[in-house]
Amino acid sequence: MRHSLPDRSPLVPPDLRFPIDVRIPSDLRLIEPLVGAVIRDCAAHRLAAHHCALNVPVALTEALSNAILYGNLLDRAKYVRLRVTVDERCIVFEVTDEGSGFDLEQCTTDPTTAENVAREDGRGLFLMRCLMDRVERYTDGGNVVRLTLLRL
Amino acid sequence: MGLVIEKHGDICLVRVEGQLIVSNRQELKQKVLDEVERGDRKILIDFTNAGYIDSSGLGTLVSLSKKIRDLGGELRLSGLNEELRTLFDLTKLDTLFRISDAPEAGLQGF
Repeated sequence: MRHSLPDRSPLVPPDLRFPIDVRIPSDLRLIEPLVGAVIRDCAAHRLAAHHCALNVPVALTEALSNAILYGNLLDRAKYVRLRVTVDERCIVFEVTDEGSGFDLEQCTTDPTTAENVAREDGRGLFLMRCLMDRVERYTDGGNVVRLTLLRL
Repeated sequence: MGLVIEKHGDICLVRVEGQLIVSNRQELKQKVLDEVERGDRKILIDFTNAGYIDSSGLGTLVSLSKKIRDLGGELRLSGLNEELRTLFDLTKLDTLFRISDAPEAGLQGF
């Protein structure tokens, strides 16, 4: 059984290079090829292997899926914008959707408590905050989630 | 994501290849539920050839575990690499699943 879109979807340029600034329609199938393209460039910029294998793909997948599912409500007419910048100190991801935003503190739950550990949902924002050094949400022409990872 | 299903006695081994994320988790769920529907009660999902898993993928494993347990069976996992171990440790899901280093060990102890 295979994914219906190839690893490198024509909707996601395969030759993305930092700084990245792309817009994709609200289609969950585009997340994997987009994250894959970002990871390839992260590796080219000598980001730590564990950052390329865990922190970046998981946190970025969470941010993109939240934007598509809860920000744009899976409306393909609405777009998600991803901007990525990198310097010698950190890498910054900004994911913008067309939704009305959310309260980061109120929406983050602790999935490790006895009452939550067996729940099916509620791990997305928690993982983003575990795997990134800073997670911020603000409004700037859309609902923006900014993830910052220090290159230590 | 690719899925390979193997039967080892009364154990159904499901090998996951690639990422298990929001866009494909339903494929895994349906495939495993199909096997449960056919009568399998011992399910071992192996991640030796998997990439990363997101929160939706983790939620799918929790959901499958509950369904199988309700039917008197068990879902176990194997082959988590260092990054996936970290993910299960962060979320404390390593307390919810029995996890083997390799599928062979998972099959033997099931």
